Amino acid sequence: MKQKFNVITSTCVPLPLENVDTDQIIPARFLKATTREEKFFGDNLFRDWRYNADGSLNQDFVLNDPTYGGQILVAGKNFGSGSSREHAAWAIAGYGFRVVVSSFFADIHKNNELNNFVLPVVVSESFLQELFDSIYKDPKMEVEVNLPAQTITNKATGRSETFEINAYKKHCLMNGLDDVDFLVENRGKVEEYERRSVHRE
Amino acid sequence: MKTLFDKIWDAHVVQQVEDGPIQLYIDRLYCHEVTSPQAFQGLRERGLKCFRPDHIYCMPDHNTPTHDQDKPIEDPVSRTQVDTLAKNAEEFGLTHFGMMNPKNGIIHVVGPERGLTLPGMTIVCGDSHTSTHGAVGAVAFGIGTSEVEMVLASQCILQTRPKTMRITIDGTLGKGVTAKDVALYMMSKMTTSGATGYFVEYAGSAIRSLTMEGRLTLCNLSIEMGARGGMVAPDEVTFEYLKGRDYAPKGEDWEKAVAYWRTLKSDDDAVFDKEVRFDAADIEPMITYGTNPGMGMGITQHIPTTEGMGDVERASFEKSMAYMGFQPGEQLLGKPIDYVFLGACTNGRIEDFRAFASIAKGRRKAANVTAWLVPGSWLVDAQIREEGLDKVLEAAGFEIRQPGCSACLAMNDDKIPAGKYAVSTSNRNFEGRQGPGSRTLLASPLMAAAAAVTGVITDPRELL
Repeated sequence: MKQKFNVITSTCVPLPLENVDTDQIIPARFLKATTREEKFFGDNLFRDWRYNADGSLNQDFVLNDPTYGGQILVAGKNFGSGSSREHAAWAIAGYGFRVVVSSFFADIHKNNELNNFVLPVVVSESFLQELFDSIYKDPKMEVEVNLPAQTITNKATGRSETFEINAYKKHCLMNGLDDVDFLVENRGKVEEYERRSVHRE
Repeated sequence: MKTLFDKIWDAHVVQQVEDGPIQLYIDRLYCHEVTSPQAFQGLRERGLKCFRPDHIYCMPDHNTPTHDQDKPIEDPVSRTQVDTLAKNAEEFGLTHFGMMNPKNGIIHVVGPERGLTLPGMTIVCGDSHTSTHGAVGAVAFGIGTSEVEMVLASQCILQTRPKTMRITIDGTLGKGVTAKDVALYMMSKMTTSGATGYFVEYAGSAIRSLTMEGRLTLCNLSIEMGARGGMVAPDEVTFEYLKGRDYAPKGEDWEKAVAYWRTLKSDDDAVFDKEVRFDAADIEPMITYGTNPGMGMGITQHIPTTEGMGDVERASFEKSMAYMGFQPGEQLLGKPIDYVFLGACTNGRIEDFRAFASIAKGRRKAANVTAWLVPGSWLVDAQIREEGLDKVLEAAGFEIRQPGCSACLAMNDDKIPAGKYAVSTSNRNFEGRQGPGSRTLLASPLMAAAAAVTGVITDPRELL
């Protein structure tokens, strides 16, 4: 899971829908696991869009279309809204995506992706629209996501944008570190805080 | 110069990480069975203990059946998850209110009603509806499981400071218009992403006039506009509600606490990153027609048409209409429904049962409707019986079930069948939320009761 992140160049899977909520990414009935079974969650990514009610594959859904593939998921705005379930990020990572591109992410899900070494890349609406057009025109076209330089490039058109990420989180992603490591190292500061704060309870 | 949010947030900053987020101290961590097992497992793998076990409260709510809770849960996978929480709580020395414990219920109902949730606190839980607790004047927000592990390990979390927004609603709410309608109205205007990146403070005379239960409903739904959280400044309504509750301060400590809580309000000259205003008079009883909570309208209105929508927006809208079996431009009044669900962390409190009973009283449940009435906690259940609402509801053909999240997300047996319509007091109408293929119409307890006794979508004002 703590896969270090640097530069990823890959084809893309297009999902041109807005407000894709985490109930769609992984329905509640798959949240009963008590361990991080990435394969299980990945196998059930977008479960009710990917499979028909009788369990057969929904051939119309993009994950079942061999034309498209790759490590980058490209989705419409407000991706990951709704439930805080981190299982959604586990499902995305478990399926094999390393990057999700959208013009807007819901807050909690964005943090969940970052905490699982999946990079959410926020692009402008016009970059996103052009990216969808490029993918549909040539499904083999590639996108380069360069974390050190904080750039995303549509290699079909050559258009590039920079994206934001705070320096701390970038360092974590590039070096395979997580927040628990940092916080445990800083327990002394917490004790200091507890001593100095007038306790409100 | 400070907003209410600033005052609480600033009082909890442990440190600003260089070029990074803020390390924020957390007063309360609530854990339920679904989003905590992997966090406890993480602690075990790292060989860590809980840093501040007395700040953490655990209770199962998502998987619990709404009948026969005194017997083992039938579904072995659900049972394992619920048992795992009890084992983890024991291993790490945490307070745990198990099934059948009189303090058990939905975590967001139990926290405030037991006085565990207090003004001025920072509160987190691996659950997006943690925003509920902001109603008492706390900074409360939902987090992921990795973040639950952070709090277990250090009583802190790393967060970017959100922007602040004030939503002011002045005026008087009309007949039959509840806190739920106010929230659904705001979502329909703001969309499900309109408050993303912000922490919202609700203000104005219409908000002040809400009871504590109403404020909890309102703050609960903040996340459905994308907000990190929502809050209402504490006032006499808050103090009256909290006084005497199990974990609330007592005696001299209570007086001291209230004196501090009175300082928890936005200064007159405080500046918000964004200000939004609505007029209470514009709000009518609301209902949703689509597959996200922002797709709502006044009960007398028509579903929008696709005119003026861009490609991606239209594709999303049409997908939603096909799922719901509705046509753009049509009205919902008079359409038959199949299920009614009263409950959830949104509307599973005593006031919601009183509202439902006010319409059910002297009427009968429609024959075509299956109704699930699920109290948010055992305490709510006890209040229902104390007030005799159970008798009123039973006489009208309704039955009270046992507490839990139930059909809100259908992790237990309470699933709405594929293609069926449910008028639901819960918080999300996403595809499949209440069971694969289920069709959810979000509404207030009054609207739910009106649909339950008529069998069709009905304006509750006609029955008041």
